[in-house]
Amino acid sequence: MQFILRRLAFYLVAAWVAITANFFIPRAMPGNAIDAILAKYPTLLPAARQALEAELGQGNQGSLWHQYVVYIGHVFTLNFGPSLYNYPTPATTIVATGIYWTLGLVGLATVIAFVVGTVLGIIAGWRAGGWLDRSLPAMMFLQATPYFFLALILIQVLGISLHWFPVAEAYDGINYTPGWTWGYITNVIDHGTLPALTIVATSVAGWMLQMRNVMVTTTGEDYVVAAQAKGLSNRRVIFTYAARNALLPQLQGFGLALGFVVAGALVMEIVFSYPGIGYLLLNAVAAKDTPVMQCIFLLITMAVLVANFLIDLVLVFVDPRVRSREATR
Amino acid sequence: MSPVLDIKDLSIAYQTPGGDVKATSHVNLTLHKGEVVGLCGESGSGKSTLAYGACRLLRPPAVITGGSVLYSGKRTGSALPVDILRVPQHDLRAIRWQDIAIVFQSAMNALNPVLRVRDQITDGITAHLRLSKAEAHEKAANLLDLVGIPRERLRSYPHELSGGMRQRVMIAMALAADPEVVIMDEPTTALDVVVQRDILSKIVELKDQLGFSVLFITHDMSLLLELADRIAVMYAGQLLELGSSADLKEMPAHPYTQGLLRSFPSLRGTRRELTGIPGSPPDLRDPKPGCPFIPRCGFAIDSCSQVDMTLLPVLGRQGHVTACPVVTPAAPAAPAAAEATEGALS
Amino acid sequence: MTTMLSTPNTPGVPGASGAELVRPSRKSGARNVLSALAATWRRLPGTAKTGVIILVVFILIGIIGPFLIPYNPGTTTPLQSAAPSGSHLLGTTQTGQDVFSQMLVGIRLTLELAFWVGVIATALSVVVGVSAAFLGGVWDEALSLVTNIFLVLPALPLLVLLLGFLNGTSAGQGQLPVILVLAGLGWPWGARVIRAQALTIRSRDFIAAARETGERSWRVIGFEIIPNMVSLIAASFVNTVLYAVGASVALAFVGLTDPNSFSLGTILYWAQLGSAVQNSWWWWYVPPGVAVALLGSALVLFNTGIDELSNPRLRDARRSTKVAGRRVWPTDPTPVLGAAAGHGGLAGFARSFSRKSLIDEKAGDFS
Repeated sequence: MQFILRRLAFYLVAAWVAITANFFIPRAMPGNAIDAILAKYPTLLPAARQALEAELGQGNQGSLWHQYVVYIGHVFTLNFGPSLYNYPTPATTIVATGIYWTLGLVGLATVIAFVVGTVLGIIAGWRAGGWLDRSLPAMMFLQATPYFFLALILIQVLGISLHWFPVAEAYDGINYTPGWTWGYITNVIDHGTLPALTIVATSVAGWMLQMRNVMVTTTGEDYVVAAQAKGLSNRRVIFTYAARNALLPQLQGFGLALGFVVAGALVMEIVFSYPGIGYLLLNAVAAKDTPVMQCIFLLITMAVLVANFLIDLVLVFVDPRVRSREATR
Repeated sequence: MSPVLDIKDLSIAYQTPGGDVKATSHVNLTLHKGEVVGLCGESGSGKSTLAYGACRLLRPPAVITGGSVLYSGKRTGSALPVDILRVPQHDLRAIRWQDIAIVFQSAMNALNPVLRVRDQITDGITAHLRLSKAEAHEKAANLLDLVGIPRERLRSYPHELSGGMRQRVMIAMALAADPEVVIMDEPTTALDVVVQRDILSKIVELKDQLGFSVLFITHDMSLLLELADRIAVMYAGQLLELGSSADLKEMPAHPYTQGLLRSFPSLRGTRRELTGIPGSPPDLRDPKPGCPFIPRCGFAIDSCSQVDMTLLPVLGRQGHVTACPVVTPAAPAAPAAAEATEGALS
Repeated sequence: MTTMLSTPNTPGVPGASGAELVRPSRKSGARNVLSALAATWRRLPGTAKTGVIILVVFILIGIIGPFLIPYNPGTTTPLQSAAPSGSHLLGTTQTGQDVFSQMLVGIRLTLELAFWVGVIATALSVVVGVSAAFLGGVWDEALSLVTNIFLVLPALPLLVLLLGFLNGTSAGQGQLPVILVLAGLGWPWGARVIRAQALTIRSRDFIAAARETGERSWRVIGFEIIPNMVSLIAASFVNTVLYAVGASVALAFVGLTDPNSFSLGTILYWAQLGSAVQNSWWWWYVPPGVAVALLGSALVLFNTGIDELSNPRLRDARRSTKVAGRRVWPTDPTPVLGAAAGHGGLAGFARSFSRKSLIDEKAGDFS
């Protein structure tokens, strides 16, 4: 329990750091950065302009501390102001539209990649040196390939040359309207296949390699030899003795890698013009739509922190040593 | 009566890019029913390699280059002994634990950290005996009683137990499938003296009660002199001497054994200087011909490098053999050596 | 009764792993380094050697490439979107620029950037890691906290935010902002690992001995601790370079870095903008992508090689040994030479999954 509380405290501190960074970055920018933003929207109503300046710390806004307090208030009420590009729609509304697509595509694909990679890694680790192992350099090449490059190739091959899958957007807006219709759903799946495939293809190798290495170390442990000495079936030795212990560092690795997972997914959305959060973020950057930029930044950061915390919870649940080590403190 | 375990001419090597390391060479060792045989040697002498190799538990790059390991126990009955090294994998798994069990050296490392004690004992039971889950649990509880651990500990995880308790759990685990042979690999090395005493007496008690044979591996000769019926002394992968513990105590035949006995003090008798054995064991990749102990032996002569290391009987003794043809009690070498030996034994 | 035999350490016994600690030698430095390098090269597994070779090729291209460019990469020509030919080895872009020249320049730019990020970030992580380990106490807690926070906060959104603000301004031009930003976010990984290693070394006896004899702290750090961490620092450097390559290409691809440069990522950016994929102008987007993939793979292979050097178990596992012509897995029973032992192939493997031991309890059942 203590362990969980300490971790929670840590994540709260990290969250605070992110929020504060978000506050300071616009204010730390060289002057012409802000001018560039304001210059992009010359037709802003004075009221909106004032609000924007307040948000970015320009002009006379009162003491820094005062601004900070106001800012924190805004963050907790999810008030990021109106989007500049889509004035006057609130930034949060714009962002909300992207969340579902990202979670559905990226979330699902990442989980699939993790599970498949881990299982393959277990097999590769157990039968180390076999054909699965020898495919590792090829897999490493796949993993070293920038996500988006593989996406481009897949688009070229599967999308354009072979016409198997559509290559852009989440669904065909012309012919389908969102709703729980069969046509819409299959269209969504159709559009989501290439992006999902790319995510899985590029990240599976990484998970597999990591799990394989951990498995190799684990199978060298005395308790695995002891399990074999007991004449247990291979299944029990592999899963209950080796894999179960190897999963712990693997899960921790997953938590650490979440930042990268997010990065890859975001770029993927660009390539496929998939209207998720990443796509929205980069469009906002191009349009210098700062309220949306800041809103998405905080959203992604908080999501990663929450995910990390959840993984810590799972670890506590699965590893008895953590549970009791903290209980005896 | 054929021996329960008959290791014949066993040679094990580690295949490395730099050449084969001959971890054991042509070792012969037998274990009879109800007997405690001690396997004594320095670290690197090949004693653990021998024991694990006999069960085929060594990992690459270890290879068994020759010999056989014959097992003959309850389940073979009057049929011919089974060669563990040549039995198909399927049967090998059956022999493991149910016929030959191992108590590993470091209990902290040999116990699965994420499984409760109960599960680790019962999976050894259910893999071999046809018991229901409830029966297996009851058996596990009985085993803990046998080794002197409270039953509540069944629900504990390994890291929640003390060192001594963990070692007892290892012993209980080893006895789970009622084995005939229990190989103990330095079971008490990592424990303090008092606990060690406890555990050793417990082992003897269990052996008398359940009737299994013990192959006890250790570097502590003094322990074996008290505990074992027969002692085998290993050095650089080869057996140097073999005999009952009384024989070895009174009349150690090999210079190495004599050196070992000289290197710890006795409680009684005249005070004398402790002498170790200067030098270090040879590089096993490139074994020199003849006796491996030559560089450290005070009695080595030229013909020692032509010795073929067969175990020769010691004059006047039954079942006591040595690999040294030069120094035998029948022909005592230097007077100084004889004096030192006597001093140590009185 | 329980006195122990003197048991000297046995050389030549396999499995006696554990890195040997290094005392800095007083021999001639250059010769020492060369011979150490040669010895390391010999010990590297084949995959790592491939990685090194590819890396060396890239570095050579990076150094001499820009001197060999046939055209100025920025010059537009009327020969637009042309396929590879004699005069344009990799064809031209949508505006007639020579792709081959862009590639040569791009490789150097990308390597340069990744190298500097690696140097700065690794230096930072060594400073933070060693300080945390060495100073201990409150300093350790504080530095560890900072490191962990940097680790847990996702980097890309922060990068996007920072570069998004800087984009198009005078401060945002060139490679410098990207280098600084990437280095600023890339040091925590190495710092954590280095701190852990420094802690283990610090607690070893020879450090206490050095301090007892009055050796000054910075000397202890410089001459005793750091030489023992060289391979770890090298691995950390390689990792950081790998991260820098991937991150910088990704950032350039989405247009957050200077679009007027010709780094590999920027080439891809313009290719994407020009719908190179839709138009099947493969020579424009495939070469830079393949180059990045090759470079990344080379780094990964090299790193895996180093991993295996320091963790002997991984190395032994990689070699599924062949004993007498049959493949033996590390988790199989020890092979016996001369025995006809068959596993029964797939069927045997499958059978080994069954729960029960199938030997009947009747005596004499063994064949």
